[in-house]
Amino acid sequence: MSESIEDIEIQLLLDAVYRHYHYDFRHYARASIKRRLLQARSQWGYDSISDIQSAVLHDESILPKLLNFLTVQVSEMFRDPSYFRALREKVVPHLRTYPSLKVWVAGCSQGEELYSLAVLFAEEGLFERTIFYATDINPAALRAAQAGIYPLDRIQLFTENHRLSGGHSSLSDHYTADYDRAVFSKSLRERTVFSDHSLVTDAAFGEMHLISCRNVLIYFDRELQDRVVGLFGESLVRGGFLGIGSKESLRFSEHADMFAEFVREERIYRRSSQ
Amino acid sequence: MTLQAVVIGTSAGGVQALSQVLPRLPADFPAPVLVVVHVPPKQSNSLVDLFAAKCRLPVKEAEDKEPLAPGTIYFAPPDYHLLVEACGTIALSSDEPVNHSRPAIDVLFESAADAFGPGLAGIVMTGANSDGAQGLRAVYAADGQAIVQIPATAEVATMPEAALTACPDARTMALERIVPALEAMIA
Repeated sequence: MSESIEDIEIQLLLDAVYRHYHYDFRHYARASIKRRLLQARSQWGYDSISDIQSAVLHDESILPKLLNFLTVQVSEMFRDPSYFRALREKVVPHLRTYPSLKVWVAGCSQGEELYSLAVLFAEEGLFERTIFYATDINPAALRAAQAGIYPLDRIQLFTENHRLSGGHSSLSDHYTADYDRAVFSKSLRERTVFSDHSLVTDAAFGEMHLISCRNVLIYFDRELQDRVVGLFGESLVRGGFLGIGSKESLRFSEHADMFAEFVREERIYRRSSQ
Repeated sequence: MTLQAVVIGTSAGGVQALSQVLPRLPADFPAPVLVVVHVPPKQSNSLVDLFAAKCRLPVKEAEDKEPLAPGTIYFAPPDYHLLVEACGTIALSSDEPVNHSRPAIDVLFESAADAFGPGLAGIVMTGANSDGAQGLRAVYAADGQAIVQIPATAEVATMPEAALTACPDARTMALERIVPALEAMIA
Protein backbone atom coordinates (compact mmCIF):
# COMPACT_ATOMS: atom_id res chain seq x y z
CA MET A 1 0.00 0.00 0.00
CA SER A 2 1.16 3.54 -0.59
CA GLU A 3 1.90 5.62 2.47
CA SER A 4 -1.27 7.12 3.90
CA ILE A 5 -1.56 10.81 4.71
CA GLU A 6 -1.80 9.90 8.38
CA ASP A 7 1.50 8.01 8.21
CA ILE A 8 3.16 11.00 6.55
CA GLU A 9 1.77 13.28 9.24
CA ILE A 10 3.08 10.99 11.99
CA GLN A 11 6.57 10.99 10.48
CA LEU A 12 6.51 14.77 10.24
CA LEU A 13 5.31 15.13 13.82
CA LEU A 14 8.05 12.84 15.15
CA ASP A 15 10.65 14.74 13.10
CA ALA A 16 9.34 18.02 14.48
CA VAL A 17 9.42 16.81 18.10
CA TYR A 18 12.97 15.60 17.59
CA ARG A 19 14.23 18.72 15.87
CA HIS A 20 12.67 21.17 18.29
CA TYR A 21 12.70 19.29 21.60
CA HIS A 22 15.30 16.53 21.03
CA TYR A 23 12.92 13.79 22.11
CA ASP A 24 13.48 11.07 19.57
CA PHE A 25 10.53 8.75 18.88
CA ARG A 26 11.48 8.16 15.25
CA HIS A 27 12.58 4.61 15.93
CA TYR A 28 9.74 3.61 18.19
CA ALA A 29 7.61 0.73 16.89
CA ARG A 30 5.25 2.60 14.63
CA ALA A 31 1.98 0.70 15.08
CA SER A 32 1.82 1.51 18.82
CA ILE A 33 2.92 5.12 18.32
CA LYS A 34 0.18 5.55 15.75
CA ARG A 35 -2.43 4.14 18.10
CA ARG A 36 -1.38 6.50 20.86
CA LEU A 37 -1.27 9.54 18.60
CA LEU A 38 -4.73 8.80 17.23
CA GLN A 39 -5.94 8.53 20.83
CA ALA A 40 -4.36 11.88 21.66
CA ARG A 41 -5.93 13.44 18.60
CA SER A 42 -9.42 12.31 19.48
CA GLN A 43 -9.05 13.06 23.18
CA TRP A 44 -7.79 16.58 22.46
CA GLY A 45 -10.41 17.20 19.78
CA TYR A 46 -7.99 17.82 16.92
CA ASP A 47 -8.97 17.05 13.33
CA SER A 48 -5.58 15.71 12.28
CA ILE A 49 -2.13 14.68 13.45
CA SER A 50 -0.82 17.80 11.72
CA ASP A 51 -2.83 19.85 14.22
CA ILE A 52 -0.93 18.16 17.05
CA GLN A 53 2.32 19.02 15.29
CA SER A 54 1.37 22.65 15.00
CA ALA A 55 0.22 22.80 18.62
CA VAL A 56 3.31 21.15 20.07
CA LEU A 57 5.69 23.34 18.04
CA HIS A 58 4.00 26.58 19.01
CA ASP A 59 3.00 25.79 22.58
CA GLU A 60 5.59 24.25 24.90
CA SER A 61 2.93 23.27 27.40
CA ILE A 62 1.63 20.65 24.95
CA LEU A 63 4.91 18.71 25.05
CA PRO A 64 4.49 17.14 28.50
CA LYS A 65 1.00 16.01 27.56
CA LEU A 66 2.30 14.49 24.36
CA LEU A 67 5.11 12.73 26.27
CA ASN A 68 2.50 11.24 28.56
CA PHE A 69 0.67 9.79 25.58
CA LEU A 70 3.85 8.47 23.97
CA THR A 71 5.68 7.08 26.97
CA VAL A 72 3.66 6.44 30.09
CA GLN A 73 3.17 2.83 30.98
CA VAL A 74 0.90 1.71 33.72
CA SER A 75 2.66 -1.32 35.15
CA GLU A 76 2.26 -3.46 38.26
CA MET A 77 4.55 -4.06 41.18
CA PHE A 78 6.07 -7.52 40.81
CA ARG A 79 4.51 -7.87 37.38
CA ASP A 80 5.22 -11.47 36.29
CA PRO A 81 6.02 -12.74 39.80
CA SER A 82 8.08 -15.61 38.38
CA TYR A 83 10.60 -13.07 37.04
CA PHE A 84 11.13 -11.63 40.51
CA ARG A 85 11.24 -15.12 42.00
CA ALA A 86 14.03 -15.99 39.56
CA LEU A 87 15.92 -12.82 40.53
CA ARG A 88 15.51 -13.74 44.17
CA GLU A 89 16.49 -17.38 43.86
CA LYS A 90 19.05 -17.37 41.07
CA VAL A 91 20.51 -13.87 40.69
CA VAL A 92 20.64 -12.69 44.32
CA PRO A 93 23.13 -15.42 45.37
CA HIS A 94 25.59 -13.98 42.82
CA LEU A 95 24.88 -10.39 43.85
CA ARG A 96 25.65 -11.29 47.47
CA THR A 97 29.28 -11.81 46.53
CA TYR A 98 29.76 -8.09 45.75
CA PRO A 99 30.48 -5.63 48.57
CA SER A 100 28.56 -2.89 46.79
CA LEU A 101 25.96 -3.02 44.04
CA LYS A 102 24.54 -0.82 41.32
CA VAL A 103 21.12 -1.52 39.86
CA TRP A 104 19.62 0.32 36.90
CA VAL A 105 15.90 0.38 36.23
CA ALA A 106 15.91 1.69 32.66
CA GLY A 107 12.65 3.26 31.54
CA CYS A 108 11.26 3.24 35.07
CA SER A 109 8.02 5.00 34.14
CA GLN A 110 6.03 5.47 37.37
CA GLY A 111 8.32 3.34 39.49
CA GLU A 112 6.48 0.04 39.98
CA GLU A 113 9.53 -2.01 38.96
CA LEU A 114 11.89 0.14 41.05
CA TYR A 115 9.86 -0.31 44.24
CA SER A 116 9.52 -4.02 43.54
CA LEU A 117 13.29 -4.35 43.36
CA ALA A 118 13.82 -2.13 46.41
CA VAL A 119 11.46 -4.32 48.46
CA LEU A 120 13.13 -7.47 47.14
CA PHE A 121 16.63 -6.17 47.91
CA ALA A 122 15.50 -5.16 51.41
CA GLU A 123 14.08 -8.63 52.00
CA GLU A 124 17.28 -10.25 50.79
CA GLY A 125 19.51 -8.02 52.92
CA LEU A 126 21.16 -6.34 49.93
CA PHE A 127 19.45 -2.97 50.16
CA GLU A 128 22.03 -1.20 52.28
CA ARG A 129 24.85 -1.96 49.87
CA THR A 130 22.96 -0.97 46.72
CA ILE A 131 22.53 2.22 44.75
CA PHE A 132 19.55 2.21 42.42
CA TYR A 133 19.40 4.30 39.28
CA ALA A 134 15.89 4.92 37.98
CA THR A 135 15.80 6.62 34.61
CA ASP A 136 13.14 7.75 32.19
CA ILE A 137 12.78 10.40 29.51
CA ASN A 138 9.48 11.68 30.84
CA PRO A 139 9.92 14.20 33.70
CA ALA A 140 6.33 13.68 34.87
CA ALA A 141 6.84 9.92 35.11
CA LEU A 142 10.08 10.46 37.05
CA ARG A 143 8.26 12.71 39.50
CA ALA A 144 5.58 10.05 39.94
CA ALA A 145 8.25 7.41 40.48
CA GLN A 146 9.92 9.62 43.05
CA ALA A 147 6.63 10.12 44.87
CA GLY A 148 5.87 6.38 44.99
CA ILE A 149 2.13 6.80 45.38
CA TYR A 150 -0.29 4.31 43.85
CA PRO A 151 -4.06 4.01 43.95
CA LEU A 152 -5.07 1.82 46.86
CA ASP A 153 -7.26 -0.30 44.59
CA ARG A 154 -4.15 -1.62 42.85
CA ILE A 155 -2.52 -2.79 46.07
CA GLN A 156 -4.40 -6.06 46.22
CA LEU A 157 -2.85 -7.08 42.90
CA PHE A 158 0.60 -5.83 43.96
CA THR A 159 0.32 -7.78 47.21
CA GLU A 160 -0.67 -10.98 45.47
CA ASN A 161 2.16 -10.57 42.93
CA HIS A 162 4.61 -9.91 45.76
CA ARG A 163 3.52 -13.06 47.58
CA LEU A 164 3.88 -15.14 44.40
CA SER A 165 7.36 -13.70 43.85
CA GLY A 166 8.47 -15.35 47.09
CA GLY A 167 8.34 -12.16 49.17
CA HIS A 168 8.90 -12.85 52.83
CA SER A 169 7.91 -9.53 54.32
CA SER A 170 4.42 -8.14 54.17
CA LEU A 171 4.08 -5.57 51.40
CA SER A 172 2.05 -3.45 53.80
CA ASP A 173 5.22 -2.96 55.87
CA HIS A 174 6.50 -0.82 53.03
CA TYR A 175 3.64 1.65 52.50
CA THR A 176 1.10 3.63 54.46
CA ALA A 177 -2.49 3.83 53.32
CA ASP A 178 -3.73 7.38 53.02
CA TYR A 179 -7.41 7.60 52.00
CA ASP A 180 -7.47 5.99 48.58
CA ARG A 181 -3.72 5.98 48.07
CA ALA A 182 -0.79 3.85 49.13
CA VAL A 183 2.32 5.93 49.84
CA PHE A 184 5.50 3.89 49.67
CA SER A 185 8.05 4.41 52.38
CA LYS A 186 10.69 7.11 51.83
CA SER A 187 13.37 4.73 53.04
CA LEU A 188 12.78 2.58 49.95
CA ARG A 189 13.96 5.36 47.66
CA GLU A 190 16.65 6.95 49.81
CA ARG A 191 19.24 4.93 47.90
CA THR A 192 17.80 5.78 44.48
CA VAL A 193 19.12 8.32 42.00
CA PHE A 194 16.27 9.45 39.73
CA SER A 195 17.57 10.70 36.44
CA ASP A 196 16.48 11.93 33.06
CA HIS A 197 18.13 9.56 30.62
CA SER A 198 17.24 8.59 27.08
CA LEU A 199 18.03 5.11 25.85
CA VAL A 200 17.76 6.53 22.34
CA THR A 201 20.27 9.35 22.51
CA ASP A 202 22.26 9.14 25.77
CA ALA A 203 25.39 7.16 26.59
CA ALA A 204 26.12 4.10 28.72
CA PHE A 205 25.54 4.38 32.44
CA GLY A 206 28.51 2.64 34.01
CA GLU A 207 29.46 -0.49 36.00
CA MET A 208 26.01 -1.88 36.75
CA HIS A 209 25.49 -5.28 38.37
CA LEU A 210 21.85 -5.60 37.37
CA ILE A 211 19.81 -3.84 34.71
CA SER A 212 16.08 -4.41 34.75
CA CYS A 213 14.29 -3.07 31.68
CA ARG A 214 10.96 -4.76 31.15
CA ASN A 215 8.53 -4.09 28.34
CA VAL A 216 10.51 -1.18 27.03
CA LEU A 217 12.35 -2.86 24.14
CA ILE A 218 9.08 -3.99 22.53
CA TYR A 219 8.30 -0.34 21.86
CA PHE A 220 11.47 0.12 19.82
CA ASP A 221 12.15 -0.90 16.25
CA ARG A 222 14.90 -3.39 15.61
CA GLU A 223 17.58 -0.79 14.89
CA LEU A 224 16.91 1.02 18.16
CA GLN A 225 16.69 -2.26 20.07
CA ASP A 226 20.15 -3.06 18.81
CA ARG A 227 21.50 0.24 20.04
CA VAL A 228 19.93 -0.21 23.46
CA VAL A 229 21.08 -3.80 23.89
CA GLY A 230 24.62 -2.64 23.06
CA LEU A 231 24.23 0.17 25.59
CA PHE A 232 23.21 -2.34 28.26
CA GLY A 233 26.17 -4.53 27.41
CA GLU A 234 28.52 -1.57 27.85
CA SER A 235 26.83 -0.55 31.10
CA LEU A 236 27.17 -3.91 32.85
CA VAL A 237 30.15 -5.26 34.72
CA ARG A 238 31.41 -8.61 33.39
CA GLY A 239 29.07 -11.21 34.81
CA GLY A 240 26.37 -8.56 35.44
CA PHE A 241 22.72 -9.38 34.83
CA LEU A 242 20.11 -8.06 32.42
CA GLY A 243 16.40 -8.75 32.85
CA ILE A 244 13.93 -7.91 30.08
CA GLY A 245 10.20 -8.47 29.51
CA SER A 246 8.79 -11.96 29.20
CA LYS A 247 7.96 -11.44 25.52
CA GLU A 248 11.20 -9.68 24.65
CA SER A 249 14.30 -11.36 23.34
CA LEU A 250 17.92 -10.61 22.54
CA ARG A 251 17.79 -13.23 19.81
CA PHE A 252 17.48 -10.79 16.94
CA SER A 253 20.07 -8.36 18.27
CA GLU A 254 23.50 -7.98 16.73
CA HIS A 255 24.85 -7.57 20.27
CA ALA A 256 23.36 -10.88 21.43
CA ASP A 257 26.87 -12.34 21.80
CA MET A 258 27.61 -9.92 24.65
CA PHE A 259 25.14 -11.96 26.70
CA ALA A 260 24.51 -15.54 27.75
CA GLU A 261 21.08 -16.83 28.74
CA PHE A 262 20.95 -17.17 32.51
CA VAL A 263 17.31 -17.94 33.28
CA ARG A 264 15.93 -18.54 29.85
CA GLU A 265 12.21 -18.66 30.57
CA GLU A 266 12.36 -15.43 32.58
CA ARG A 267 14.50 -13.60 30.04
CA ILE A 268 17.37 -13.02 32.43
CA TYR A 269 20.76 -12.75 30.73
CA ARG A 270 24.30 -12.49 31.98
CA ARG A 271 27.01 -10.29 30.49
CA SER A 272 29.65 -12.57 29.05
CA SER A 273 33.23 -12.02 29.95
CA GLN A 274 34.69 -11.27 26.52
CA MET B 1 -6.56 -8.11 -4.58
CA THR B 2 -5.56 -11.51 -3.28
CA LEU B 3 -5.79 -12.36 0.38
CA GLN B 4 -2.66 -11.29 2.29
CA ALA B 5 -3.64 -11.88 5.91
CA VAL B 6 -6.51 -13.03 8.10
CA VAL B 7 -7.33 -11.69 11.55
CA ILE B 8 -9.80 -13.41 13.88
CA GLY B 9 -11.20 -12.19 17.18
CA THR B 10 -13.33 -14.05 19.69
CA SER B 11 -14.00 -14.35 23.39
CA ALA B 12 -16.51 -16.49 25.29
CA GLY B 13 -17.09 -19.69 23.35
CA GLY B 14 -14.09 -18.90 21.20
CA VAL B 15 -12.15 -22.11 21.60
CA GLN B 16 -15.11 -24.16 20.38
CA ALA B 17 -15.74 -21.75 17.51
CA LEU B 18 -12.09 -21.70 16.43
CA SER B 19 -12.14 -25.49 16.43
CA GLN B 20 -14.76 -25.25 13.69
CA VAL B 21 -12.57 -22.97 11.59
CA LEU B 22 -8.80 -23.30 12.02
CA PRO B 23 -8.54 -27.10 11.44
CA ARG B 24 -10.34 -26.63 8.10
CA LEU B 25 -7.57 -24.42 6.72
CA PRO B 26 -5.70 -26.43 4.07
CA ALA B 27 -1.99 -27.14 4.38
CA ASP B 28 -1.27 -24.88 1.39
CA PHE B 29 -3.19 -21.88 2.76
CA PRO B 30 -1.04 -18.94 1.65
CA ALA B 31 -1.82 -16.19 4.18
CA PRO B 32 -0.81 -15.72 7.82
CA VAL B 33 -3.70 -16.00 10.29
CA LEU B 34 -3.57 -13.91 13.48
CA VAL B 35 -5.91 -14.73 16.33
CA VAL B 36 -6.90 -12.85 19.46
CA VAL B 37 -8.84 -14.81 22.06
CA HIS B 38 -9.60 -13.10 25.34
CA VAL B 39 -7.83 -15.15 27.98
CA PRO B 40 -7.06 -14.34 31.61
CA PRO B 41 -3.67 -12.55 31.87
CA LYS B 42 -2.03 -15.14 34.10
CA GLN B 43 -2.96 -18.12 31.96
CA SER B 44 -0.13 -19.71 30.06
CA ASN B 45 -0.76 -20.03 26.38
CA SER B 46 -2.27 -23.49 26.14
CA LEU B 47 -4.23 -22.46 23.04
CA VAL B 48 -1.11 -22.97 20.94
CA ASP B 49 -0.73 -26.60 22.02
CA LEU B 50 -4.44 -27.23 21.72
CA PHE B 51 -4.65 -26.01 18.12
CA ALA B 52 -1.24 -27.25 17.00
CA ALA B 53 -2.62 -30.74 17.55
CA LYS B 54 -5.72 -30.06 15.45
CA CYS B 55 -4.47 -27.95 12.55
CA ARG B 56 -2.68 -28.68 9.32
CA LEU B 57 -0.93 -25.29 9.47
CA PRO B 58 1.86 -24.51 11.94
CA VAL B 59 0.52 -22.82 15.09
CA LYS B 60 2.62 -20.58 17.35
CA GLU B 61 2.52 -17.78 19.86
CA ALA B 62 3.21 -14.44 18.18
CA GLU B 63 6.66 -13.03 18.97
CA ASP B 64 7.65 -9.40 18.93
CA LYS B 65 9.45 -8.28 15.71
CA GLU B 66 8.84 -11.62 14.02
CA PRO B 67 8.18 -11.38 10.27
CA LEU B 68 4.78 -12.88 9.36
CA ALA B 69 5.15 -16.16 7.50
CA PRO B 70 2.58 -17.41 5.00
CA GLY B 71 0.32 -20.24 6.13
CA THR B 72 1.08 -19.84 9.82
CA ILE B 73 -1.42 -19.36 12.65
CA TYR B 74 -0.35 -16.90 15.34
CA PHE B 75 -2.01 -16.52 18.74
CA ALA B 76 -1.66 -13.34 20.78
CA PRO B 77 0.22 -14.06 24.03
CA PRO B 78 -1.79 -13.53 27.23
CA ASP B 79 -1.50 -10.01 28.70
CA TYR B 80 -0.04 -8.41 25.56
CA HIS B 81 -1.66 -6.63 22.65
CA LEU B 82 -0.86 -8.08 19.24
CA LEU B 83 -0.29 -5.63 16.37
CA VAL B 84 1.01 -5.78 12.83
CA GLU B 85 3.52 -3.24 11.55
CA ALA B 86 3.16 -1.79 8.05
CA CYS B 87 6.26 -3.72 6.99
CA GLY B 88 4.54 -7.02 7.82
CA THR B 89 6.22 -7.85 11.12
CA ILE B 90 4.53 -8.61 14.42
CA ALA B 91 4.58 -6.08 17.26
CA LEU B 92 3.52 -6.73 20.84
CA SER B 93 2.65 -4.03 23.33
CA SER B 94 1.82 -3.83 27.01
CA ASP B 95 -0.27 -0.69 26.59
CA GLU B 96 -3.30 -0.49 28.84
CA PRO B 97 -6.19 -2.85 28.16
CA VAL B 98 -8.67 -1.79 25.47
CA ASN B 99 -12.31 -2.74 26.05
CA HIS B 100 -11.05 -4.21 29.35
CA SER B 101 -8.99 -6.68 27.37
CA ARG B 102 -5.34 -7.29 26.70
CA PRO B 103 -4.97 -8.64 24.08
CA ALA B 104 -7.74 -6.63 22.44
CA ILE B 105 -9.29 -7.51 19.11
CA ASP B 106 -9.67 -3.86 18.08
CA VAL B 107 -5.92 -3.28 18.48
CA LEU B 108 -5.04 -6.19 16.17
CA PHE B 109 -7.72 -5.41 13.58
CA GLU B 110 -6.95 -1.69 13.34
CA SER B 111 -3.21 -2.19 12.92
CA ALA B 112 -3.74 -5.01 10.42
CA ALA B 113 -6.22 -2.89 8.44
CA ASP B 114 -3.48 -0.27 8.18
CA ALA B 115 -0.87 -2.78 7.11
CA PHE B 116 -2.89 -4.85 4.63
CA GLY B 117 -5.88 -2.70 3.55
CA PRO B 118 -7.85 -4.56 0.87
CA GLY B 119 -5.66 -7.65 1.34
CA LEU B 120 -7.08 -8.32 4.80
CA ALA B 121 -9.99 -10.46 5.97
CA GLY B 122 -11.28 -9.75 9.49
CA ILE B 123 -13.55 -12.20 11.27
CA VAL B 124 -15.48 -11.61 14.51
CA MET B 125 -16.98 -14.63 16.22
CA THR B 126 -18.73 -15.55 19.47
CA GLY B 127 -18.05 -13.43 22.54
CA ALA B 128 -19.60 -11.65 25.48
CA ASN B 129 -18.49 -8.06 24.90
CA SER B 130 -18.11 -5.57 22.07
CA ASP B 131 -14.35 -5.76 21.47
CA GLY B 132 -13.68 -6.16 17.74
CA ALA B 133 -16.57 -3.98 16.59
CA GLN B 134 -14.45 -0.87 15.95
CA GLY B 135 -11.68 -3.03 14.54
CA LEU B 136 -13.98 -4.70 12.05
CA ARG B 137 -15.23 -1.33 10.95
CA ALA B 138 -11.61 -0.30 10.34
CA VAL B 139 -11.04 -3.44 8.25
CA TYR B 140 -14.09 -2.61 6.16
CA ALA B 141 -13.15 1.07 5.85
CA ALA B 142 -9.75 0.02 4.47
CA ASP B 143 -11.56 -2.06 1.81
CA GLY B 144 -10.79 -5.34 3.51
CA GLN B 145 -13.26 -8.22 3.86
CA ALA B 146 -15.39 -7.99 7.01
CA ILE B 147 -16.94 -11.25 8.18
CA VAL B 148 -19.13 -11.93 11.23
CA GLN B 149 -20.35 -15.24 12.57
CA ILE B 150 -24.17 -15.32 12.26
CA PRO B 151 -25.12 -14.16 15.78
CA ALA B 152 -27.88 -16.77 16.12
CA THR B 153 -25.27 -19.51 15.64
CA ALA B 154 -22.84 -18.05 18.18
CA GLU B 155 -22.52 -19.45 21.66
CA VAL B 156 -22.64 -15.85 22.91
CA ALA B 157 -24.13 -13.40 20.41
CA THR B 158 -23.02 -10.10 21.99
CA MET B 159 -19.72 -9.78 20.13
CA PRO B 160 -20.99 -10.61 16.63
CA GLU B 161 -24.04 -8.41 17.20
CA ALA B 162 -21.86 -5.47 18.27
CA ALA B 163 -19.64 -6.02 15.21
CA LEU B 164 -22.70 -5.93 12.93
CA THR B 165 -23.98 -2.77 14.57
CA ALA B 166 -20.63 -1.05 13.97
CA CYS B 167 -20.16 -2.56 10.53
CA PRO B 168 -23.62 -3.32 9.08
CA ASP B 169 -22.28 -4.27 5.65
CA ALA B 170 -20.12 -7.11 6.98
CA ARG B 171 -20.90 -10.52 5.53
CA THR B 172 -22.46 -12.92 8.00
CA MET B 173 -21.86 -16.62 7.76
CA ALA B 174 -21.95 -19.86 9.71
CA LEU B 175 -18.59 -21.07 10.99
CA GLU B 176 -18.27 -23.88 8.45
CA ARG B 177 -18.60 -21.37 5.58
CA ILE B 178 -15.67 -19.24 6.71
CA VAL B 179 -12.75 -21.25 5.30
CA PRO B 180 -14.38 -21.71 1.85
CA ALA B 181 -15.03 -17.94 1.82
CA LEU B 182 -11.36 -17.27 2.62
CA GLU B 183 -10.22 -19.69 -0.09
CA ALA B 184 -12.38 -17.83 -2.58
CA MET B 185 -10.42 -14.66 -1.80
CA ILE B 186 -7.16 -16.24 -2.96
CA ALA B 187 -6.37 -15.08 -6.47
